[in-house]
Amino acid sequence: MNFEDSPEEARYRTTVRHWIADNAPDMSGLGAEQRRNWHPGHKEIARRWQATKADAGYACISWPKDRGGAGGTAIEEAIFNQEEVRAGVQFTYFMTGLHMLLPALLEHNQDALALNRVPPAVRGDEIWCQLFSEPASGSDSAGIRCTAVRDGDDWVISGQKVWNSGAHVADYGMLLARTDPGLPKHKGLTVFWLDMKTPGLEVRPIRVMSGESELNEVFLEEVRIPDSQRVGEVNDGWKVVISTLMNERAALGSGTGLSWRDMIALAGQTPSWEGSVMEDPAFREWLADYYVNVEAIRLLSFRTLTSLSKGEAPGPASSAGKLLWSNKTQEMTDQALDIQDHFGLLDGADLAVLDGAFQHRFLWSPGLRLGGGTDEIMKNIIAERILGLPGDIRVDKNVPFREIPHGR
Amino acid sequence: MNFDYSDEQKALKDQARRFLSDVSPLAVARKVLEAPSPGFDATLWTRIGEQGWCGAAIPEAYGGFEFGHVELCALAEELGRALAPVPFASSVYQFSEALLHAGSEAQKLNLLPGIASGERIGTLAFSEGPGVLSAGRISTRYSNGALTGTKLPVTDGGIAHHGIVLALGDAGPDLFLVDFSGNGVTRQAVSTIDPTRGAASITFQNTPAEPLGSAGKGSGSGLEQLRRIHDRTAILLAFEQVGGADRVLEMARDYALERYAFGRQIGSYQAIKHKLADIFVKNEVARANAYYGAWALASNAPELPVAAAAARVAASEAYWFACRENIQTHGGIGFTWEADCHLFYRRARHLGLVIGAQRDWKRRLADRLVRRVAQENAQRSEA
Repeated sequence: MNFEDSPEEARYRTTVRHWIADNAPDMSGLGAEQRRNWHPGHKEIARRWQATKADAGYACISWPKDRGGAGGTAIEEAIFNQEEVRAGVQFTYFMTGLHMLLPALLEHNQDALALNRVPPAVRGDEIWCQLFSEPASGSDSAGIRCTAVRDGDDWVISGQKVWNSGAHVADYGMLLARTDPGLPKHKGLTVFWLDMKTPGLEVRPIRVMSGESELNEVFLEEVRIPDSQRVGEVNDGWKVVISTLMNERAALGSGTGLSWRDMIALAGQTPSWEGSVMEDPAFREWLADYYVNVEAIRLLSFRTLTSLSKGEAPGPASSAGKLLWSNKTQEMTDQALDIQDHFGLLDGADLAVLDGAFQHRFLWSPGLRLGGGTDEIMKNIIAERILGLPGDIRVDKNVPFREIPHGR
Repeated sequence: MNFDYSDEQKALKDQARRFLSDVSPLAVARKVLEAPSPGFDATLWTRIGEQGWCGAAIPEAYGGFEFGHVELCALAEELGRALAPVPFASSVYQFSEALLHAGSEAQKLNLLPGIASGERIGTLAFSEGPGVLSAGRISTRYSNGALTGTKLPVTDGGIAHHGIVLALGDAGPDLFLVDFSGNGVTRQAVSTIDPTRGAASITFQNTPAEPLGSAGKGSGSGLEQLRRIHDRTAILLAFEQVGGADRVLEMARDYALERYAFGRQIGSYQAIKHKLADIFVKNEVARANAYYGAWALASNAPELPVAAAAARVAASEAYWFACRENIQTHGGIGFTWEADCHLFYRRARHLGLVIGAQRDWKRRLADRLVRRVAQENAQRSEA
C-alpha cells in the first residue's frame, strides 16, 4: 500500500510538470464560453498543444515508435495525463481517435494507407470520430442496421449513425456496418474506416438539452469505399468494437472537471441562514458523502496505475469509476445550484458564479450517465463480469439478424 | 505506487483466512449470540492470541511482533469477514493504539506485552448516555488519583482487564488508565443489538487511576486525544467493515445464483443484478478509502485525519447498505433467526456506532476538508 510515486516515477513527474509549465498554451485571452469544448478558439488551442506535445515526444507516449508514438510506458502516459489535468490543459478532441480508434485500426491494418493517417492524428491535425451507435442500436450496441454490401473491390454503405461526438469537425471516422444480416446479431458485422468527406456522407449536428451541438447524426447514402479500408476480417467486426469500448470506459472513469474544492469555495462565499452555507450542517453532511465518493474515483485511478505498472490491463472494475463519476457530477451540480437558492437559476457568464460553470455542467450531466455506456449497462457489466451473475434471457440469441423483432 | 497489499501481506491474509475459516466459522458467532455468554468466544480468543495477531502493530520492545500497520489492516479485513466474536477491536484498535499513540514509556512497557500476547484485554470507556460526546456531557470525575462515575456502554467492558476512561480532571476532559479487575469497579453486562460483541455498564467508586501519557497529569485535551486515537481505530475498523461487506456481497450473489423464481435464477433479473452492482460500487468506495487510510496510518502521513474520517464514513455506509440489501435479496428466509444474514446486519450496525456514528464522523470530515483547503490557500498565497 503506497500512494506515492516510485523515485523513477517522481522524476518523470517533475520533468513533465516543468515541461508543461514552460510550454502550456496561454488561455487567458479566451472568455468563459470560448473556454468550453468545441468552441473554435478552444479547439485551435487544443490543436496547437497537441502538435507541441508531438514535437517533444509527449503525444501518444505509450505507443511504439514505429506506430508514431513516443515508445514510453503506460505509467508515463498516465502520469503525463494527470499533470495535464492538474495544469488545466487536457483536451478531449483527439481522445476518441488516439485512445480508442487508431489503436484498434493499427492492430489490424498496417498498410501504407492506414499508417499514413497516424502522424497527422498524433499531431492533432486530423480528428477522428466513432460511427457505431444508431437510432435503433444504443445500449444494444450490436443491433446495427447500417449495411455494407460488397461490390467488386468496393463496399457500398447505407444507413444512419447517431451520437457521433465531434463528427462535424472530424476528418476520418471508424464505422460499424452489417455485412451479413443472415448471421446472428454479433456475427455479421464488419468495421471500416473512411474519410468524412466521402461522397454520400452527410453530418447533421444534434442540439442536446444543454444547447450545445457537439453530437451529430451521420447519414450514409450509397457511400462507396475500397476494401482496403476494412478493419479486421469480414463479419468479425465485433472483436474490433470490444477493444475500443473497453478503452473508452477506462478513459471516462478517470474523472475531470469541478471538484469538492470548488464546492467548498462556493459554499464559503454563499450566505445561508446564519453565516455561510459552509456552516449549514446539512451541507456539511452532503460534502462528506460527496467527498468519500469522488475521493474513491481518484484513488481507484491509482489502482489502474498499479495494474499498468505491472503490465496488466485495467479490468471491468473501471465500470464502477464511470458510474460514480457521472452520478456524482450530476449530484454535485444540483447541490451547487441548490445552495445558491434563487440565484442558482442564473447561468450567464456575466452574472453567474464561476461564469456559470455549475449551471452548464448541470445541464450537461444527464449525458454523462448515458454516453460511454449507460448506468444500467455499467451495472450489468459489474453484475455479469465481476460478480458472475447470469446474463438476461436474450430472445435475439442465435437468431439470424433479419428475423429479430424490432420497433420502428 | 501500489494500490494493493504486497505479496507478503497477501500471504499473511490468505493464511489468516484459512485459519479463521477453520477456527471461526459462523457457528462460533452464533453460539455467542444464542448461549448466555460474556459476549465473546474465549477459546477462539486464545487461538487468535497464539497467532500473535494482537501484537501485529506493537514494537518488539513492548512485547509485540512488529508486522506493521498494513499487516494489521489485512488481519482486520479477515476478522471482519469471519465475523469473529472476539474483543480484538477494543484491545488492539483502541486500547493498544491509544497506548502507542499517547501512553508513557512506563505504561507501554507495563501493559503492551500482555495485550500483544492476547492474555490481557483492554478497552476504551468514553460514552455515558445517548447523543454525541462533548465536554459538557462528561460526569465521570477524576481527582486525587481516583475515578468516580459511570460509563455506558463500554464495549468489551465486562471482560477487559484494563481500561482507558474519559473523565473530567482538574484541567478538563482527560484520559485515565484504570485496572478494571481492581477495587472500586462494578461491571454489569448490558444487552445490545449485537450480542456477539459484548458490552457493559461500568461504575467507578473511588477507583485508583492514573493519567494516560508521560506528563503524569492531565492537560484537559482528552477529547482531542480520543479523536486522534479513534482516527487510528477508524481505519482499522474500516478494514473489518470492508471484509464483512465483501462477504455479505458474496452471500447475496450466491443466493441470487441458487434461488429460482418465475423459472429462472433471481440473479438473472436486473432488479437483483443492479442492487448487487450498487453494493459492489459502495464496497469499492469503502475499500479505496480504507487503503488510503492504511497508507496514511502506516506512514503517519499528514493526510491521516481526513483519510481516517473518509474511511470510516465510506466503510460504515457500505457495510450497512450491503447487509440490508442482502436480507432484501434473500427475501423472507433472510428475515429468519436461522439465516445468517442478521449476524452481519447486527455487526454492521455495531461497527458503525462503536466509535461514534456517521453524523459525527461526517461533521469531522467536513471540518477537516475545510481546514485543508484553508491551508492549501494559505500556502498558495505564501508562494
